[in-house]
Amino acid sequence: MDVVTLSRLQFAATSAFHFIFVPLTLGLSILTAYMETRYLVTNNDIYLKMTKFWGKLFLINFALGVVTGITMEFQFGMNWAEYSRYVGDIFGAPLAIEATVAFFLESVFIGVWIFGWNKVSKKIHALSIWLVAIATNLSGLWILLANGWMQHPVGYVLRNGRAEMVDFMALVTNPYGLIKFGHQILSGYTVAAFFVMGISAWHLLRKNETEFFKTSFRMAAVFGLVSTVLVAVIGDAHAVEVAKTQPSKFAAMESVWETRRGVGLNLLLMPDPTNECNSVEEICIPKGVSLLAFHSPDAEIKGLKDIPKDERPSVLPVFFSFRAMVGLGTLFILVSMVAVFLSRRDLLEKYPLFLKMLVLIIPLPYLANQLGWIVAEMGRQPWIVYGVLKTSDAVSKSVSISQVMGSLIGFVLLYGFLGVIDIYLLVKFARKGPDNDLSAIIKPRGQEA
Amino acid sequence: MEFQIIWFVLWGVLWSVYFMLDGFVMGAGILHNYLGTSDGEKRVMINAIGPVWDGNEVWLITAGGATFAAFPTTYALMFSYLYTALLLLLFALIIRGVSYEFRGKGEGDGWKKGWDMAIMVGNFLPALLFGVAFGNIFAGLPMDAAGYHGSLLYLLNPYGLLTGLLFVLLFLVHGALYLAVKTTGDLNRRALSTAGRIWPVLLAVAVVFLTYTNFATRLYDNYLATPLLIVVPLCAVAALLAIRIFLAKGRPLAAFASSCLTVLLVVGTGLVGLFPNLIPSNLDPAYSLTIFNSSSSLYTLKIMTVVAFIFVPIVIGYKIWVYRIFRGTLSIDDVESDKQAY
Repeated sequence: MDVVTLSRLQFAATSAFHFIFVPLTLGLSILTAYMETRYLVTNNDIYLKMTKFWGKLFLINFALGVVTGITMEFQFGMNWAEYSRYVGDIFGAPLAIEATVAFFLESVFIGVWIFGWNKVSKKIHALSIWLVAIATNLSGLWILLANGWMQHPVGYVLRNGRAEMVDFMALVTNPYGLIKFGHQILSGYTVAAFFVMGISAWHLLRKNETEFFKTSFRMAAVFGLVSTVLVAVIGDAHAVEVAKTQPSKFAAMESVWETRRGVGLNLLLMPDPTNECNSVEEICIPKGVSLLAFHSPDAEIKGLKDIPKDERPSVLPVFFSFRAMVGLGTLFILVSMVAVFLSRRDLLEKYPLFLKMLVLIIPLPYLANQLGWIVAEMGRQPWIVYGVLKTSDAVSKSVSISQVMGSLIGFVLLYGFLGVIDIYLLVKFARKGPDNDLSAIIKPRGQEA
Repeated sequence: MEFQIIWFVLWGVLWSVYFMLDGFVMGAGILHNYLGTSDGEKRVMINAIGPVWDGNEVWLITAGGATFAAFPTTYALMFSYLYTALLLLLFALIIRGVSYEFRGKGEGDGWKKGWDMAIMVGNFLPALLFGVAFGNIFAGLPMDAAGYHGSLLYLLNPYGLLTGLLFVLLFLVHGALYLAVKTTGDLNRRALSTAGRIWPVLLAVAVVFLTYTNFATRLYDNYLATPLLIVVPLCAVAALLAIRIFLAKGRPLAAFASSCLTVLLVVGTGLVGLFPNLIPSNLDPAYSLTIFNSSSSLYTLKIMTVVAFIFVPIVIGYKIWVYRIFRGTLSIDDVESDKQAY
């Protein structure tokens, strides 16, 4: 293997690992903040207990998200020096802004939230977790604007041997980045909703703390239904944006080989990249792909054959990841609907099979998030910046194969070790359930506030 | 031209403030097992830095991000040239971050002892590696038209190691003083006496460092050209001496304020000497990375200046507010009676 392949593997491994923790953080921060707000408004202890219990799981997850995030910032320079040099003028800005505007806010106020129960008033305490939640989502915005630029570069000119920023507003209003941001945060909320529903279901099956977990479940079910529906709506807008700006990615997602108008959507399809065609095409929805791509039945879709071979992404992983992601998304909407219906009517305990299923599918929204990123990043290949810079030209020149091999092995071992511990702690505290000894929960000072 | 200079100053401020804030976290972490004779004392130390360490580390992320945005060529070459050193740094920072969170959540003595060790190593390695890295930046890296000719072993040259030692000792005194300010009783006494005992060693190493810098680097050129600049190192020395004076007077808070200034000014002394270089080449000055040949376009620098001038004061504002909320001392009783404590 060469330095490019190893560096890609390392970036993929470290970002995929980082991305086990980020989606839950995005959603669970908001749910926890909402729970604490309910406590603030109602003064009902159950919401304080909920804040503590889900907040603890939030923190165990948050810790790994934070520490693995540093790797991401360092790696652009360490492994992708040519990329950083070439596009740093425009790409560095959103990363620096993310740190200044969002990451500081998040890291400072998480400290207030964890250690400040007896130091600040109830209102300030609840405000702290809201600031953490807002900052986490804001952080996502800047990261996705940066990624959106790699997908659909705007607001730059090629000058002085590099890409230089000429229009900052174009960067921050890049529709590709904004749509991707919406799609991503809602996918994160979905992870959190299914996480809370799944753990609640586990306890409901064992009749632990039924009141507590029913309340948590109801909250998560509504959050989940809203998020899963909106994920799909924005996902549709995202596909339109991809079709418009990244024809090679779109062709791979739908495995379209010939350029045609009114392309149908085959529910059963098997790509055959060696022969540049599909070996199976069954159950066709006429004009389906054209409708998805441009919301117009006769729109022309560019086929892979009309894209030079060295500018095509690898079809199989992109195609199957996309199909699996869409399938999972559909499943999540259906499950959320049932969950809202059953929890509103207080029928959850009558359907233990449904509860068992909810426990088992906790990992699926995580998987859907990873699949989405496989589509986004593998679908962009061979480009690192679509149409501007190839991944093979972006790697550090001074870094050797043995260095990257060594660091890759190091990351796999360290991350593997930390991942095991984190999952062990999450499972341990999720099973333990809420702390019921309210005398032990020291209430925030300033009850009168 | 002016904007490159503004960004050099901002870049210097970000790094100096980072070392001032994370320096005491690293120092306290290295002393974690030495000063903490019981689980209660160790928990006091963790809770003393708990509310602030994460926010302090973000100064590093911001310094890195600012290097990327304002001096992309320097960011690209610095991070790829120092690959292995940065990798070790990353691993250490990752382990340090999770140890604070994980230590109190498992069971058994082995679990806690393991994470105690992780806290020590995870704080010692960054202190040393940052020193080694900055020593090498001050001295310049072996780079020319063909690229970089160094390796991890190259970085461990005498001047790099000396700077590493200086950083470790500086942070030890700084961290011990922070703990002295934050604790009471036995722990407070031991922290104070530890700071007092390390201080003479720090002074000796600082003298050797200032002397050796004359031979290993060109940092003093700027001071010879503009003698007025000498106030920076003079103030650094004065702040270092003030630590000892305030310790003798039994005023730990003033001693800690002096160690904050010492860290700021020591880093400042190096960076003033470095200007306008960001990484000098010690093979041929023509290949030095300067604020002029490695900066972003004027447009990007202007945008980033606006962002920095709006948001950095806001950040400083809420950080001061948070330090005020968590002011005061912590005792073992506080930690053991508080279910929220780590």
